[in-house]
Amino acid sequence: MRLTRTSGRRLVAGIPTLWLLLLFLVPFLIVFRVSFSEVRLAIPPYTPLIAWHHGRPSLELHTSAYAFLFTDPLYISSYLYSLKVAAVSTLLCLLLGLPMAYAIARASDATRPVLLMLVVLPFWTSFLLRVYAWIGLLNTNGVINNVLLTLGIIHEPLVMMQTDFAVYIGIVYSYLPFMILPLYANLEKHDITLLEAAADLGAPPWRAFLRITLPLAVPGIVAGSLLVFIPAVGEYVIPTLLGRTDQLMIGRVLTDEFFENRDWPVASAVAILMLLLLVVPILLFQRYQRREVEAEAGETP
Amino acid sequence: MNSPQPVAGPPPAAAHDPSAYVRVVHLTKRFGDFTAVDDVSLDIRRGEIFCLLGGSGSGKTTLLRMLAGFEKPTSGSIWIDGVDMSTIPPYERPVNMMFQSYALFPHMSVEKNVAFGLEQEGRGREEIRRQVAEILEIVRMGGLGARKPHQLSGGQRQRVALARALVKRPKLLLLDEPLAALDRKLREHTQFELLNIQQRLGVTFIVVTHDQEEAMTLGTRLGVMNHGRIVQIGTPSDIYESPATRFVADFIGSVNLFEGRVRGAGAGAGPLQIECDDLGCTVRAGQAPRALVNGTVWTAIRPEKINISREAPQESGGQNAVAGTVREIAYMGDVSIYLVQIDSGRTLRVTLPNTERGGERPIAREERVWLSWHDSSPVVLSE
Repeated sequence: MRLTRTSGRRLVAGIPTLWLLLLFLVPFLIVFRVSFSEVRLAIPPYTPLIAWHHGRPSLELHTSAYAFLFTDPLYISSYLYSLKVAAVSTLLCLLLGLPMAYAIARASDATRPVLLMLVVLPFWTSFLLRVYAWIGLLNTNGVINNVLLTLGIIHEPLVMMQTDFAVYIGIVYSYLPFMILPLYANLEKHDITLLEAAADLGAPPWRAFLRITLPLAVPGIVAGSLLVFIPAVGEYVIPTLLGRTDQLMIGRVLTDEFFENRDWPVASAVAILMLLLLVVPILLFQRYQRREVEAEAGETP
Repeated sequence: MNSPQPVAGPPPAAAHDPSAYVRVVHLTKRFGDFTAVDDVSLDIRRGEIFCLLGGSGSGKTTLLRMLAGFEKPTSGSIWIDGVDMSTIPPYERPVNMMFQSYALFPHMSVEKNVAFGLEQEGRGREEIRRQVAEILEIVRMGGLGARKPHQLSGGQRQRVALARALVKRPKLLLLDEPLAALDRKLREHTQFELLNIQQRLGVTFIVVTHDQEEAMTLGTRLGVMNHGRIVQIGTPSDIYESPATRFVADFIGSVNLFEGRVRGAGAGAGPLQIECDDLGCTVRAGQAPRALVNGTVWTAIRPEKINISREAPQESGGQNAVAGTVREIAYMGDVSIYLVQIDSGRTLRVTLPNTERGGERPIAREERVWLSWHDSSPVVLSE
């Protein structure tokens, strides 16, 4: 009995562990290893980790790929641009998502499921198709320009494609549900009597929102922001289809290095550095979550 | 003794209590088809503790929430200190509330919770700090100001909630089941502490409770609510000794109720005589409303106002005395409860104080006994 229970538990914990080991840790180690090699014209297109000199093995670690990232301004500016785009998009998602999540959380029991359904509804269509649809909307002879021209509001088509604006539209549109859902999950748990207590003590609604609702929503805000920010930094499809051609995001740089330049070591170095950039906020988030869990555990002694 | 005020209609404006601090006039609240508060009129004096007492769904909490401004009345009005509250939002009312769940802000320390109300008034930092310290001292929470609500016990939270509601020195404090979340020992203690604080600060309290004991000890006056209406308003002893309806008699304490008819023209002198078929004797009632002639009435007799004896009482003449058999005895320590089945088949509840320690031979189960009472004991009710 005891044996089967522990082995069952091991199985349940083992499957995801194995999954993560095989599909996350092993590829990561491969990429990590490739980033410390040099490019060569062969198959595979990078130098081996262990070289043989006079019958003796020696470890060949090249840091030239990393050094290269810091010599060519393309990489630095792509990193910074990616961080900027992700940060602005996250902020926009938060500004849009917070009132939406709040409205859903305060909606009547009958309308709440409908509203939540509407938030999730876009996932039923392919992500790629939805981004392509934005091209049809934003193009020089797209839907928006045609409508505005017909109405006489503008006389020349607006240039919206291949701008920062189009990238923000695409990212905010695609990632908004990832902001709304954790925010909703948080706001929905709020005790309305706290707001009544605030009103009773003399706080008008806007001040009650700032002093009570917002501080209590911080875990939801953090979770939603990370869910948007992290994938947005490495976003590839949206900037490629809608974005600028003179300024690339790091995800695009990475694929170009792999598939266009076939410089696997540099591409790997780009990936490793991006991972480091993202690991910092993830670690911060985890530390924050742990604090939350501890605080909550303290609440029910 | 004051006669209970039947709340048939609200007092006309000219006749209202001039010392009334809170006036509730023809107040009604409907939620869809459900009438939570039904045409309630009420005057509450400055400095009193008014308890709204009723079961769940009686409308007492809705009435309280309308006073605080969280619910808009469907019709009627609320006046506090001569000001119509109709258009005044909760955050501008001179009222503070202590919530049943306490509603402490979980992300703020005790001090921050208490300071919140003062900060809304834009007081100076030093003044806020002083007043917070002062009120925490009054509720004996001095030293615990840095704690978060989840680090406090139930009784401590209750006191923080009280301090937070009192720190703005409201003229009117609303308390929603203030003691419900406390255990029995703590309740009694806190009850007297509340009274103490109320007298010290001279605040008018309106307390909502379903607990009659809480209402009796706290309230200077009680308003008993049922189905959204106020059934009776009076002092605790008014309500207990002279209930206006069967509902009140039954809701407050326990009571033996019997249906009967008034015999003869009750208009003359002498005590009223009521035939009660399922009691098996005529009830003589000394104090009774005179208007009840020949109609169906109910007599209510409190268990502690019935005597129990082995011999038939003298000169009863078949009135105010019945014979029966003791079926159950519950020893409660200070009192014993006897369930006596009378010869008509009904069972009466009688309580006797245990005044002596191991005295004479006590009455035992299955013993034949006589129950009797004074003319002043029965209360005659017409509804």
